[in-house]
Amino acid sequence: MTAPARSLKESTSRAVLVDRVATSALWLTGAFVLLLLGSIVLHFLLAAWGVVSPGFILSDPSDEALGGVLPVLWNSVYMLVLVMLISVPVGILGGIYMAEYAPQNAVTGAIRFAQEAIGSVPSIVVGLFGMIVFVNTFRWGFTALGGALALTFFNLPLMTRLAEQALRGVPAEERSASLALGASKWQTIRHVVLPLAIPGLITAVILTAGRVFGEAAVLLFTSGIGTPYHYDFANLSLTDPASPWSPFRPATTLSVYIWKLNSEGLGAHVREVVDGSAAVLIALVFFFNLGARGIGRLLTKRLTAS
Amino acid sequence: MTIAALHQPALDGVEIARPLAAVTAEDAVTTPDVKVSTEHVSIAYSGRVAVRDVTLEVPERSILAVIGPSGSGKSTYLRCFNRMNDVIPGASTTGRVFLDGENVNDPDVSVVELRRRVGMVFQRPNPFPMSIYENVAYGPRRRGQGDRHELDEIVETSLRRAALWDEVKDDLRRKSGLALSGGQQQRLCIARVLATEPEVILMDEPASALDPVSTLRIEELMRELRENYTIVIVTHNMQQAARVSDVTAFFTMAEDRAGYLVETGPTARIFTRPSERLTEDYISGRFG
Amino acid sequence: MTHATANQRLIGLRARPGLRDRIDLPRRIVFAAAASTIVLVALLLIFISWQGIALFVRDGYAVTDVLSPVWDPLAEGRPQFGLLPFIGGTIAVTGLALLFSTPLSVGLALFLSEVAPGWARAIVQPALEIFVGIPSVVWGWLGITILVPFLADISPRQISLSLPVVGQVFSMPGFLTGFSWLAGSLVLAVMILPTITSITYDSLRAVPQELRTGSLALGTTRWQTIRHILLPAALPGILTAVVLGMTRAAGEALAVQMVIGNAPVLPAAVTQPVTTLTSQITLDMGNTVFGEPWQDALWTMSLILLALSMASVVLVRVINRRRAVA
Repeated sequence: MTAPARSLKESTSRAVLVDRVATSALWLTGAFVLLLLGSIVLHFLLAAWGVVSPGFILSDPSDEALGGVLPVLWNSVYMLVLVMLISVPVGILGGIYMAEYAPQNAVTGAIRFAQEAIGSVPSIVVGLFGMIVFVNTFRWGFTALGGALALTFFNLPLMTRLAEQALRGVPAEERSASLALGASKWQTIRHVVLPLAIPGLITAVILTAGRVFGEAAVLLFTSGIGTPYHYDFANLSLTDPASPWSPFRPATTLSVYIWKLNSEGLGAHVREVVDGSAAVLIALVFFFNLGARGIGRLLTKRLTAS
Repeated sequence: MTIAALHQPALDGVEIARPLAAVTAEDAVTTPDVKVSTEHVSIAYSGRVAVRDVTLEVPERSILAVIGPSGSGKSTYLRCFNRMNDVIPGASTTGRVFLDGENVNDPDVSVVELRRRVGMVFQRPNPFPMSIYENVAYGPRRRGQGDRHELDEIVETSLRRAALWDEVKDDLRRKSGLALSGGQQQRLCIARVLATEPEVILMDEPASALDPVSTLRIEELMRELRENYTIVIVTHNMQQAARVSDVTAFFTMAEDRAGYLVETGPTARIFTRPSERLTEDYISGRFG
Repeated sequence: MTHATANQRLIGLRARPGLRDRIDLPRRIVFAAAASTIVLVALLLIFISWQGIALFVRDGYAVTDVLSPVWDPLAEGRPQFGLLPFIGGTIAVTGLALLFSTPLSVGLALFLSEVAPGWARAIVQPALEIFVGIPSVVWGWLGITILVPFLADISPRQISLSLPVVGQVFSMPGFLTGFSWLAGSLVLAVMILPTITSITYDSLRAVPQELRTGSLALGTTRWQTIRHILLPAALPGILTAVVLGMTRAAGEALAVQMVIGNAPVLPAAVTQPVTTLTSQITLDMGNTVFGEPWQDALWTMSLILLALSMASVVLVRVINRRRAVA
C-alpha cells in the first residue's frame, strides 16, 4: 500500500510557495495597518503638543486670543453625569431582567430586536427624534436635559446588554448555592449575583461613558450648537438658563464644539483651538477606555482573590 | 517477535544483552526494518522539559503502544514524529527523529510531506464542517488532486479501509461529517488520514472519547491496518495496549515533572515479566 | 432568611403566597426597565415615519418626485426635492469605503489571529478596541486637517490615463479643493476598519483549535488551512462584521459632512465633491423651518436612513441563522 519511499527533502511544492506569499502578504497588511493607526496616534500627540495645557482646559473661548475650552468641557461632563444618572440604574435593572428572569418568548425576542435596532440607527436620526420630542413637541427648545434624554435613549440598549453580560458572567454555582440555602430569587440577585457582577458592571459603565462623552450627532439638534463664552459657576440656580448648573439651557459639548469650529471656522487661532480640543477629547476617551479595562481587571482580581 | 529492532533501555549506562532464548528460527531470517525512531529526543515547552532523552525504535508494520500515567509526556512524544510540536509556540525539540533513516528535523525537510507520510488521529474526533466526502477528499485535494474519478476512488478506498464505507456510502455528499456518531466520526478521521496514503499512523488515545462498542471497533480496525501501516498509539488503557500492540513502551513522570522512557519491549513480556519495578507497579495498578 | 415568616403563612412545607409574592415587584420593575427599549424603538419608528411621509401626505409630493436627481429646494415655483444625489452618494461613499476597508480589516484580523507573535497580539488587540471607541468628530477632524489638504495639493487639473495603443482610457477632473468622494470614503474606511477587524478577529478565534491541528496534521500549509477551513468557518462572523461596518459608515454624519464637499449632485468622479443623506440633514436641518416642505424632505431622508438600518439588523440575523444549521 505504501508509496515507494521518497526523500522528505523535496523541491518546494506549489502549496508551500503560495503559503509563503500569503504569509508575506499578511505581514505586509498587518504592518501597513498598524503603521497607519500608529501615525494617527502620533498625529494626535503632535496636535496636543503646544496647545493643550491646564490653561487651555480651564479658560474660556475667545474670538481674538487663543481661547480655551472650559465651558464646553464642563458641558460634556455635565451631560455625561446626567446621562449616566438615568441610564446606569435603568440599564442595570434591565440587564437583571434579561439575565435572570427573561424566558424564551416573543417579548424577550422583541427586546433583543429592539436592542439591535437602536444599536444600528444612525445617531443623527436619534438626535432628530430627540428634536421632535423635546425641542418641538415639548417646546423646550435646546436644552441639556433634552440632549441628555436623547443620549440616554441612544445609550440604554448598550448599557442593558453589557449589564446582562456582566451578570451572566457570574457562575451558576453561586446562584445555586444561595437558592439552596432557601433564599428567594430576588434576594439571591441582590446579595450574591450583583456584588459578584460589580467588576463587569463598572467596566460597562466606563465603556458606555466613553461612548457618550464622544457623541456629537445626537446633540446637534437637541442641546444646540452655540458657543458659550463664560459660565458663572457661582450661579447655583437649577432653573435659570444662565446658570451652568441648570439642565434647562442649551449646552454645547466638546465634541459638538469641534464640529462647529470646523464648519464655521471663524475667529483667530481656530486651527489650534480645534486641534487642542480634539486632543483633549481623544485623551479623555482614551482614558475612559483604559480605565474600563484596568479597573475591571483590578476589581476582578480583588474580588476573586486571585 | 523481532530482535534487531528492539533494544532494552540502558540501565545505569550498562547495555543489557537480549537473552538468546528469545531468538527463534523465524527471527533469524526476517529482520524487519525500523520505520520510525528517535535518538535521545527531549522536548521542552518554554524551557520546561516535558519529555527527556527518549531513544526508541518502531519496526515497520507493527503497533507500538505508549503507556503511562498522565503527564508523562506520551502525547508530546508522539507529536515529535510528525513535528506537530512545531505548531505549539515555545516548543523546542532536541535529539534526532528518523523516518526511514532520514532526520525529520533537518532544515531541508518538507514538513508538509512529512505529515502526509506520518498521519495523526486525535483523542477527540475532529471532522471538518463539510460533507463526509469532502472530509476524506480534503488531503488529496490540497495536494492538487482535482480529478473527480480519482477522488471518488480514493474516498471509497479510504472509507473501506476505515471500516466506514458501508455505513455512509449513500450519504457521502449530503451528510456532514459532524452528523455522525462519535465512533463513526473517529473512523471518518482515520479514513481522512488514510486518504493521504501515509506510511505511519499516530494515534493519540483514539478511543478514549468513545463508548466501549466503538472502542472495540477501533481496535479491530487497528489490527487490520497493521498489515499495511506502522502504528504508534498512545493509550491510557492498559488492557487496550495489551490487546492491540506488538511492542509497548512505558513512560512515567520524573520528580521534575519531565516524562521519560522507563522501558520498552514486546508487549507480552512487558505485561508478564517487566524488567523495571516501576513498570510492574504501574501495570499492577499500584499507581497511575 | 426567607420571606416566609413575614410574607407567607406556613403550614408545614406548604405556604400560601402572600401579597408580595403574588405581585413580585422586583420582577415587574426589572421587566419594565428592559421592556422600555421596545417602547423607545416603537416611538422612534412611529415619529420618524410620521414625519418622513409628511412630504407626500401633507405637501403633496409624489414618490416619483423624490426619485429624481434634481435637488433644488429654493427653486421658484415648485421646489425640487429629488433625493437620488443623496441616496447615490451614501451608497457610493459607503461602498468605496468598504472596498478599501474590508480586505485590510480581514487581512489584519488574519494576521493577528494566525501569524502574529503573542506579544504583538497582546498590544494590538486592546489598541483596536480603543480605536473603535474614537468619536466620529475626531475622524472628521483628521480628514479635514490632513487628508483634504493633501488631496488638494496633489491635484492636477485633470487626471487622465492613456495607454499606447488604446489611447485615452479615462479622464476626470482632479481634486479641486480636496473635499471629495474619495476623502469621504477614506475617512470612513479608517473609521470602520477597527470595527470590522475586531469582530472578524473574534470570529476567527472562535473557530476551534482542533480544526486547525486536524488540517495541519494532514500535511497542509497554514495558508491552505486558513483558506479552506478557517475562513469558511468564520464566514458568518466576517459577513456580520462587514454589515456592521457598512451600517456604521452609512449612518455616519459629522465625519463625512466635514470632508465630502456637500455638492448635491449624483456621484460621478471620486475626485469631486458629493453628498450623502446624513451630511445633507446635518447641513440643512438648522436652516429650515419645521413644517415646511424643505424640512419635510429632510425627514424623508431620515426615514430612508432608518429603513436602511432596520434592513441591516434583519440582514445580520439572516446571516447568523444559517450558522445554526452547519
